[in-house]
Amino acid sequence: MTRRINIVATIALAALALTGCSAADQAGGAASTEGAGGTVTILTHDSFVITDEQIASFEEQSGYTLQTTAPGDAGVVTNQLVLSGDSPTVDGVYGIENYSTQTLLDAGALASYESPDLPESAASLMIEDKLTPIDQGQVCINIDHAWFEENGVAEPTTLDDLTKPEYASLLVTMNPATSSPGLAFLVATITEKGDDWENYWQQLLDGGTKVVSGWSDAYFVDFSGAEGAGEYPLVLSYSSSPAEADGRTGVLETSCTPQVEYAGVVEGAANPAGAQAFIDFLLSDEFQSGVAENMYMYPVNSEVALPETWAQHATLVDAPIEPNLKDVAANRDAWIADWTTLFENNAG
Amino acid sequence: MHPSSRTSRTSLRTATRGSPTGPRSSKTTPANRLAGNTRASGVLGKIAWTAAAVVPLAFLAVFFGWPVGAILARGFVTDGQFSLAMFGEVLGESRTWRIVAQTLWMAIGGTLGSVLLGIPGAYILYRRRFPGRAVLRGIATVPFVLPTVVVGVAFRALLAKQGPLGFLGLDGTTTAVILAMVFFNFSIVVRQVGSLWATLDPRMTEAARTLGASPFRAFRTVTLPQLGPAIASSASLVFLYCSTAFGIVVTLGQPGYGTLETEIYTQTTVFLNLPGAAVLSVLQFAIVLVAVLVSNRARSGTETTLKLGEVKDARLGRGDLWPAIVTFGTIGTLILAPLVALVARSLQRGGEWSFANYALLGTSGTGFAGGATVLEALDHSLKIALDATMIALAIGVPLALVLSRRTKSRGFQRAQRVIDGAVMLPLGVSAVTVGFGFIVSIQAFAPQLAMSGLLVPLAQAVVALPLVVRSLVPVLRAIDPRLREAAATLGASPARILRTVDGPFLARGLGLAAGFAFAVSLGEFGATSFLARPDYVTLPVLIVRLLSRPGADNYGMALAAAVLLAAVTATVMVVCEKLRPRGAGEVTG
Repeated sequence: MTRRINIVATIALAALALTGCSAADQAGGAASTEGAGGTVTILTHDSFVITDEQIASFEEQSGYTLQTTAPGDAGVVTNQLVLSGDSPTVDGVYGIENYSTQTLLDAGALASYESPDLPESAASLMIEDKLTPIDQGQVCINIDHAWFEENGVAEPTTLDDLTKPEYASLLVTMNPATSSPGLAFLVATITEKGDDWENYWQQLLDGGTKVVSGWSDAYFVDFSGAEGAGEYPLVLSYSSSPAEADGRTGVLETSCTPQVEYAGVVEGAANPAGAQAFIDFLLSDEFQSGVAENMYMYPVNSEVALPETWAQHATLVDAPIEPNLKDVAANRDAWIADWTTLFENNAG
Repeated sequence: MHPSSRTSRTSLRTATRGSPTGPRSSKTTPANRLAGNTRASGVLGKIAWTAAAVVPLAFLAVFFGWPVGAILARGFVTDGQFSLAMFGEVLGESRTWRIVAQTLWMAIGGTLGSVLLGIPGAYILYRRRFPGRAVLRGIATVPFVLPTVVVGVAFRALLAKQGPLGFLGLDGTTTAVILAMVFFNFSIVVRQVGSLWATLDPRMTEAARTLGASPFRAFRTVTLPQLGPAIASSASLVFLYCSTAFGIVVTLGQPGYGTLETEIYTQTTVFLNLPGAAVLSVLQFAIVLVAVLVSNRARSGTETTLKLGEVKDARLGRGDLWPAIVTFGTIGTLILAPLVALVARSLQRGGEWSFANYALLGTSGTGFAGGATVLEALDHSLKIALDATMIALAIGVPLALVLSRRTKSRGFQRAQRVIDGAVMLPLGVSAVTVGFGFIVSIQAFAPQLAMSGLLVPLAQAVVALPLVVRSLVPVLRAIDPRLREAAATLGASPARILRTVDGPFLARGLGLAAGFAFAVSLGEFGATSFLARPDYVTLPVLIVRLLSRPGADNYGMALAAAVLLAAVTATVMVVCEKLRPRGAGEVTG
């Protein structure tokens, strides 16, 4: 009999739990405050952060209710837009990287919109009349200054230095097929080396450069200048990373290449006006001033002040390697495939 | 009065051991003879059984078959034309076959390792009594739910050149991946084999020993055949998990060729090459189907009805030396070392010991001004996991009953095999296929539902279903069919037979099944990251996001959050097993 009571008790407890604390509570919050202008749905990548105050402020100014959906990283966002095709479920999109923009333009996934709020400093970054730049950053080789000082080795200064035997074995970088900084660096080396790029990478790999799949693995486990205290004093990372290391690390200035994140209005959207209002909001001082703190990127509006540690240790490099985005769009897949072949042959 | 639990257990003992499927020759079963009396309930029973099979299958069809079918269709249909050209192209590349070989070799290695270490583990943790046993059981399960990214970091911290185990030279090797697979899946074998082993009547073995058999011989000839179904069942599950592993292969397995899973991911997300990815998915499907068929054959070959009894576990004694060494050695080095490394690193800040990382768990941390805190994410995860567990059990229990029914009807047997395979398929399909499948099917059909985030528990239930079913079926299959026939002869209605004969067995497996479902849901990352609302983020998703941001705060919080997730999971697993009714399975705590 005790057993029966036990089972009944368990079921009762479970039923209580089901009604009392179920994930269904999330639906209530969203539907309760329908804005006067209806809902605007924005597709973003999963690193997008917008504060509750910013959301409230946008909803108040525009009269729309904001709904965001974040299915994955920038690649997933791009693919979802292409896959949705003629029947989009979102009004706008934020978080398309400069290396994927052409894919979306070719697929006809975006509608025209030029925001009146676009700051002058960002005008040159606008792509056709469809992709509005929101934030930017640079992908750079990071250097652990302390390691080079302790070991009495001069720091590398150029991309070519990296292939020298004394430096190649100190570098850890990322697979361009699985990592967006990895792709940015591959594109940078191709921009600089042209047809000779495979030779360049062969020298890196022959010299002992380590390739891992993702940024966190490289930065936190292998890099000597971060928490993991790893073995490699050179790592592929961002220009903003030294801000977090309080100046113990720096960047190899000649290796930097820009990363720009774009927003756009989706072709065939149910609420294009709402998406336009949201893009205007992303360009406002209110949003731009939180970009560094919230997303570790730099605002496209150069008038907006950076946090102090950034201004001290992590300013953008003046003359980064600028790839031709049309070339990237035309060759991206082939480059990644060729790189993979080279890498696999080297490993096998 | 229907038989009380005490008498039903006695009848278990006194039931004569017959041929596995009962008397084959007699066409008229006692149940048929009584049909006149219980015709109404017979019709009701038929309806109930049909519903028990149809509802779960409909669920699978909508939340698994539709999304996956939709994405595969995009692979094979271009401009309205069905085309298999891609098959020839992909299958003609030697690289494809190197990837298949790599996938199989790692999965077989991981499965063999888990089974060989798991069987002694099941014996020591489920048949021997010693202080701290429940805790060890909990610890063995922790890996199963840790986000693979975190495990990758923990393993690499151990194996990297400067790490404590760096001298082994395993960093970046296939061996490291296989070790990580065993780390993850050891507990599946231990728990599934162990929970059956715990209910075996030890007197058969004792008899063999009295007759002069060595302990090993007694184990091989008496115990092993009885454990066969659970071993085959858990081995096939482990094989499926290993052959579709993604995170650890990507983190630990470089350099070299990827596996089918990593290649499907690359072809889909990097190249948006859906036809190519579809061909690889079909290859993966084929491997999964073969694994399920092989395991079914192995199971039906070894399946026997078991004498289950109330067993008092013996103390850990001198005769248990070797299994004890293997088990404690495995848990100590393979399971605990990476977990300790993880805990140790979560307690460090800038090279010094500190609780700073834990102090941040209630905050949004730096760079997370508007994001959920770790504690909020844990709350979301627990709520979602509760929902997912309820759904998985509501679907899984009737399915397990259908699958465990012994029948002489060929058609029904065939249907059972098909259903069994269908339930396993979610393990054989890559998360990215399912994720994009949801986007082109359910989200396109009901965008508001998809965006509400309420699909998350449904998707997690699909992922947990194979474990639920596989945990319940071996225990239910062990019921001697004569028990049901005897009950029917005595005039018990089918519902009553279900309650009094199947019920105690079901209750025995339910704790384990619920624990697994809850744990799987807590740790699920792939489908969740596609479907969760950004403002209703789960803990594994948040951990991965924290890891993808620079800064000591975020890194430290990610590690502390992973430790928190591990601790919660271990507790839940221990509690779920304690919830099993007294007298069912194990007596001692």
